[in-house]
Amino acid sequence: MKDRVRVIDATKYFDKVLALRNVNITVRTGEVVLVIGPSGSGKSTLLRCVNRLENLNKGKIWIDEDEVTKPKADIRKIREEVGMVFQSFNLFPHLTALQNITLAPRIVKKNPEKQAREKARALLNRVGLIEKADSYPGQLSGGQQQRVAIARALAMDPRVMLFDEPTSALDPEMIKEVLDVMLDLAREGMTMLVVSHEMGFAKAAANKVVFMDNGEVIESADPETLFNRPQKERTKRFLAHIL
Amino acid sequence: MAEVKKPKIEITDGALIPGKDSDAVFSAWRISFFGALSLIILLPIITPDPYRRIIAFLPDGILRTFEVTIFSIFFAFFLGLITGLGRISRIKIINRIATIYVEVIRGIPLLVQIFYIYYALGRFLKIPDIASAVIAMAVCYGAYLGEIFRAGIQSIPKGQMEAALALGMSRSQALRRIILPQTIRLVLPPVGNEFIALLKDSSLVSIIAVSDLLRRGREFASRTFDYFETYTMVALIYLVITLFLSRLVAIMEERLQKGER
Ligand SMILES: Nc1ncnc2c1ncn2[C@@H]1O[C@H](COP(=O)(O)OP(=O)(O)O)[C@@H](O)[C@H]1O
Ligand SMILES: [Mg+2]
Repeated sequence: MKDRVRVIDATKYFDKVLALRNVNITVRTGEVVLVIGPSGSGKSTLLRCVNRLENLNKGKIWIDEDEVTKPKADIRKIREEVGMVFQSFNLFPHLTALQNITLAPRIVKKNPEKQAREKARALLNRVGLIEKADSYPGQLSGGQQQRVAIARALAMDPRVMLFDEPTSALDPEMIKEVLDVMLDLAREGMTMLVVSHEMGFAKAAANKVVFMDNGEVIESADPETLFNRPQKERTKRFLAHIL
Repeated sequence: MAEVKKPKIEITDGALIPGKDSDAVFSAWRISFFGALSLIILLPIITPDPYRRIIAFLPDGILRTFEVTIFSIFFAFFLGLITGLGRISRIKIINRIATIYVEVIRGIPLLVQIFYIYYALGRFLKIPDIASAVIAMAVCYGAYLGEIFRAGIQSIPKGQMEAALALGMSRSQALRRIILPQTIRLVLPPVGNEFIALLKDSSLVSIIAVSDLLRRGREFASRTFDYFETYTMVALIYLVITLFLSRLVAIMEERLQKGER
């Protein structure tokens, strides 16, 4: 399998605050890589650098053959091809679920309206929300909103999906419906870089787990190894804390 | 964080926004509005002289007041929108210009601005009186509306812009499709209140020979010396119009909140 995402020696500061220090992560095509770590360890920053919502100070990020981080990179093209799902959903409240999904394909990809709608319906069906097509985000539960947000990202046919704590704003009873959609995606071969502390999802879907602390990758391994036989003291302490 | 908090801007330098007691039959609004309306209708019946003559004389002025107000609102709205966008622009020079405009205009009394455009600039280029009035009002209120638009845009959660950008939209697409539609809903009530304030302030233009409601009243009173009766009528008419509009704004605000999704 080829490498889909390569993060090489990524370093990022916010003023004086170090958010990422020499981070190296590879996600192969079709792989699910899970990032865990305490709050403030740089997980969100890592994801946001992959689609250039933030710029690295040092290091490089590649998606397939394209260098994301080069100064002349076509940022909009990169973002088109990288789906992102946020902790707080960030659906557009003035648009229906269907319109949330069709907007970017229409105005960014210039797809015809009809085609965009058909695709959006298919995606809503896939996340189990076809009957909510004409609902506004405010009329949906958190879990439903997040599923629409996933469909919205998928509508752009991304090469990789980034998930930033997609279930941590959800009530417990809604977490499963979102994780199920993500599991389906993983099974269908979507390349995913996921920040989440959902152990069930990690064990069921992750090919690799990366533990970050203080902007650094402390260790990474397959889930079984990392959760049961962590090598580093910091990893052990963190796992003891969340398990 | 599951519930997205709805930002709300409170600006109350315009007309009074009816509060909770507006549900009561004898709410402050009802008493004022229907009281003023009854007086406008009853006074000419009870005391035909001079109220009937006053009532016959003022409508031209009311129309002129509306004319000045509506044109001013139209231009002020766009000026305000552009200013608000300028105030959040990342381009330094645009940002600076917008900020200076707001600071300068807010620091000069409207009456002085009206004089400035009509008399001071009038020395170099002849601007018709109504145009002077509209320009002065639009330029002044454009600055105030600019601040409302800026606050409105900035109160849209940051995640909205990020989600739009993450989908590959350009900043201007995101502004047009995502940020501004939400901003407009949010700022409609405060903008409505600015419009009411503008209508009241339009009485200032009576000083530069625009025959608005107040000016017509002055003309009438200085001829007949019915100062008390004339200005009573003028005040009542302003009051009825303003109360009516403030009610509209309140209803609109309620609708927006109910329809809030
Ligand atoms: N926009 C920002 N401005 C300044 N500091 C930031 C910004 N975003 C993140 N940081 C800082 O960078 C570090 C990593 O943050 P983040 O990537 O959000 O961590 P995590 O997602 O693991 O909780 C933290 O110290 C945080 O305070
Ligand atoms: Mg985070």
